Amino acid sequence: MSFSVTDPTPRTKWFAGLAVALYALITLMPLLWIIATGFKSPADSIAYPPKMVFQPTLEGYVNLFTTRTRIKEADLANLPPADTWYDRIVREQGQIIAGPSRYGERFMNSVIIGFGSTALCMILGTAAAYAFSRFRVPLKDDLLFFILSTRMMPPIAVAIPIFLMFRNLGLNDTHIGMILLYTAVNLSLSVWLLKGFIDEIPVEYEEAALIDGYTRFQAFCKVVLPQAATGIASTAIFCLIFAWNEYAFAVLLTSGTAQTAPPFIPTIIGVGGKDWPAVAAGATIFLVPVMVFTILLRKHLLRGITFGAVRK
Amino acid sequence: MTFTPIDKAARATPPAMARRIRGLSDRTIAWIFVAPSIFLLLAVNIFPLIWTIRLSFTNFRVNRPNNDVEWVGLRNYQRILTDEGTWATMQATAHFLIWTIVLQVLIGFALAFLINKKFRGNDLWTTIIVFPMMLSPAVVGNFWTFLYQPQIGLFNYVVAFFTGADPASFSMIGDVMLAPWAIVIADTWMWTPFVMLICLAGLRSIPNSIYEAAECDRASKWRQFWTITIPMVLPFLMLAVLFRGIENFKMFDLVVQLTGGGPGNTTTLTSIDLKREAFEKWRTGYSSAYAVILFVTVFGLASIYVKALNKVKER
Amino acid sequence: MTKKLTYSVAAIALAAASGAAHAEDLTLCWAAWDPANALVELSKTFEQESGHTMRFEFVPWPNFADRMLNELNSGGQLCDLMIGDSQWIGGAAENGQYVKLNDFFAAESIDMADFIPATVTGYAEWPKGTPNYWALPAFGDVVGWTYRKDWFERPEIQADFKQKYGRALGAPATLEELKDIAQFFQGREIDGTTVYGAAIYTERGSEGITMGVMNALYNYGFEYENPEKSYDLPGFVNSAGAIAGLEFYKELYDTATPPGSSNWYMGENIDAYKSGQVALQMNFAFIWPGVEADPNVGGGKSGYFPNPAGPAGHFAQLGGQGISVVAASKKQDAALEYIKWFAQPEVQEQWWQSGGYSALRAVVEDPGFAGSQPYAQTFLDSMAIVKDFWAEPAYASLLLTMQDRVHNYVIAGNGTAQEALDGLVEDWTEVFEDEGKL
Repeated sequence: MSFSVTDPTPRTKWFAGLAVALYALITLMPLLWIIATGFKSPADSIAYPPKMVFQPTLEGYVNLFTTRTRIKEADLANLPPADTWYDRIVREQGQIIAGPSRYGERFMNSVIIGFGSTALCMILGTAAAYAFSRFRVPLKDDLLFFILSTRMMPPIAVAIPIFLMFRNLGLNDTHIGMILLYTAVNLSLSVWLLKGFIDEIPVEYEEAALIDGYTRFQAFCKVVLPQAATGIASTAIFCLIFAWNEYAFAVLLTSGTAQTAPPFIPTIIGVGGKDWPAVAAGATIFLVPVMVFTILLRKHLLRGITFGAVRK
Repeated sequence: MTFTPIDKAARATPPAMARRIRGLSDRTIAWIFVAPSIFLLLAVNIFPLIWTIRLSFTNFRVNRPNNDVEWVGLRNYQRILTDEGTWATMQATAHFLIWTIVLQVLIGFALAFLINKKFRGNDLWTTIIVFPMMLSPAVVGNFWTFLYQPQIGLFNYVVAFFTGADPASFSMIGDVMLAPWAIVIADTWMWTPFVMLICLAGLRSIPNSIYEAAECDRASKWRQFWTITIPMVLPFLMLAVLFRGIENFKMFDLVVQLTGGGPGNTTTLTSIDLKREAFEKWRTGYSSAYAVILFVTVFGLASIYVKALNKVKER
Repeated sequence: MTKKLTYSVAAIALAAASGAAHAEDLTLCWAAWDPANALVELSKTFEQESGHTMRFEFVPWPNFADRMLNELNSGGQLCDLMIGDSQWIGGAAENGQYVKLNDFFAAESIDMADFIPATVTGYAEWPKGTPNYWALPAFGDVVGWTYRKDWFERPEIQADFKQKYGRALGAPATLEELKDIAQFFQGREIDGTTVYGAAIYTERGSEGITMGVMNALYNYGFEYENPEKSYDLPGFVNSAGAIAGLEFYKELYDTATPPGSSNWYMGENIDAYKSGQVALQMNFAFIWPGVEADPNVGGGKSGYFPNPAGPAGHFAQLGGQGISVVAASKKQDAALEYIKWFAQPEVQEQWWQSGGYSALRAVVEDPGFAGSQPYAQTFLDSMAIVKDFWAEPAYASLLLTMQDRVHNYVIAGNGTAQEALDGLVEDWTEVFEDEGKL
């Protein structure tokens, strides 16, 4: 970096770095507490006073993925020796594994619905944004404001008619229903973001392609899409974070088959009370995909968040 | 939103030539591209909204399919607007809304300002700070109840460590005075990074040359901050406020998990109240009217705000 | 492509046809808690005997009512069998969401007289007191108390208590005594940590504080309505006794509960008790097997007693559920088969053995029953004094308004007990007016 009069002095930098690091450490504490709780035993997780130092165990993770039954000590002693490490962990709690838990299913539902709706949203959103950016769509400004305004509705406010509509269409508690719903909710944000990105791609590129004999659609696919890739990626982060974590619609519209993980995680119950380590383990695992996704695309995060208002 | 050179170029192109370049199929393509989105939005957003408005004039209940549905005119609206409870939840929402925005803007801007000093490793720290907003709000709310427990949680012990107070001497979610702040703290923890990112983008959009020019004019740092930094970042800040405002007006998951609306109704935000009416008492007509009132409120406030935002940007 | 489609349609049709004749895939819906895990184990016998497969959908308590009522109201076919909460029975019966079981009981000679009377009234009948059955009592449950017997037995604590209150420390016989004990333990140092009196129900969001406060209200003279005249509330809901009961509960909360216990229900109370924060805990009986098995507080360290009497009576809040067949289900025959299997005395005996509270008299009146578990006698005594909340179709509105009024007074400390109950009378009157019952 070249020297400039506006460059901060080393002392300023040092101070700024310290202050930010301090904030980061404080803000990380609750998060670390959640992650640490996942490795505690149920008794340690509710220890009074709280335990900072504890014997780490995978009980929480095992409990997260299994349902268990408590059996009498005598019966337990009569069982053949446990043949897997997770069997052993469960037996140590005086229980046996009754079967897998629903967490795996709920997690997969989140993957299907979260990524499905993000993908659909990107397809519809890019197309609409391109049309708004390049063509004279009748009532363009009104339509754009209309699209933005759909973002303002509290989910609970539209949940009643959506609930009734889904019930009539048989979409209640289905993956496709939730994908359509989250796509619609995210679409407004996506169209706005993506229009900003596409506006920036010089229209001359496409015109050159058209003169070369490309059709408009080919020009869109081969010229515009590659140019808009970073914009699409950063928009996708925000759509995914929303769809991945959404709670209100999920709790109201899904139950047995299509329920996602957010309504499920806070309510994981173990044998004899709430299983905090399992809840924490569920939350930690659930955080990983979206965290990885964000870290991979973090360079585009800044541009995405400002509707593409920042230049490269 | 921004005035790009392409817009200008497009406008400068004579319509006749533009038509020739784009060809006849453009109109069709435009419709093919826009129609699915519009259709989906109509089906999932507008149609339900119209349905809600219709239901709001009836005494319909989803859980009583056998009952006759009667038109009750404006009675639902009248009952809601004359109910003291509604206004209490509005106040709780306003308190939550105002303080989360104030705190998040102050802290978020300060962080962005510091990170923009470009110290070594600022990228890493930015990524770390952003983590809380990736969690599910429902999970965050759930865990903060745990953190706020005076005996087994972390929060009281940390406060006790710094202030010397007895950790058992206060209860963040049990005390009428503290509970509204308990939800503000949790939300601020989670969403300050969002405001920070927007502010950071704003700060980075300011060309260095402006500061260089100011240095030449011997303007003090303090003066530069108020005459250059703040005005240039303001549109971004306002955008952040708009987003947080809309999101927190709708706030439901985090708070419902954290306090359940208590103690009493101290933290019963409008969305929580609405959910009780709609999905627990199943007063569909009544809650539809409630939903319409909320929508009109947020739509009205947002429209006014967007106008103001556009004015600031045009300056 | 078309060919493939035809094949798969045929395959589906075939599967459906054969399924109707033979094995079904049944889904049973209940709350996610210890007894549900026990039922999964128990049901394996049914699967072997009948050839049907059992699937289970368990929803944790805080969302149980929301989710399941949503399911029933939307006519969903997720659940074939529903172990629904006792208060739902009115709505489910009047809106045709449960199958009426009278004919089935008659055909299979299942006699409701064989079950604990309180559970039949509480879980199966609608309208109450009439022989119209919509469920088979499945799981008896009632609010009772757990206490740290190991602390109660320490000589120094006993001596201290005797000196202070002039009587021996033991399971309380009245609510006043319970309050004394809770206050006695509040803030006391035991083994180096500060402990507190009692964990009581204070939860705001669903039904917690109502399920708790009722144990005091009943015993101080609260009544739901004029016994002579239905839906006549003033003077019964807000009687002088009811007000005293509410004040009692607030005093208990203010002076004898752990700090921060402002939004606690079953789970939080269990956590507080197991982690050694409290000497007493109020909770439904279902937790008792779990307490006995706990490494920290189980194995004889805990004792149990029914909700103590008050000046105006001796009652305890009823919990528990009956098992019903969902009217929207397409597999009603197989679902009835399950109920028939479940009602057998041997299965009910096994049910109790594995931690489920059977409501069958043959099981609980067995001479060996009371001694079979440390809490068995307490369970019997408690089931003899139960009272339930409204089971009206509008029960949710009645419950939510009560949550609001009571939490606002007891936890937030707004207004007086008189104002809270007067307000409750207003709210309930409005609900019944909306229902057309007043």
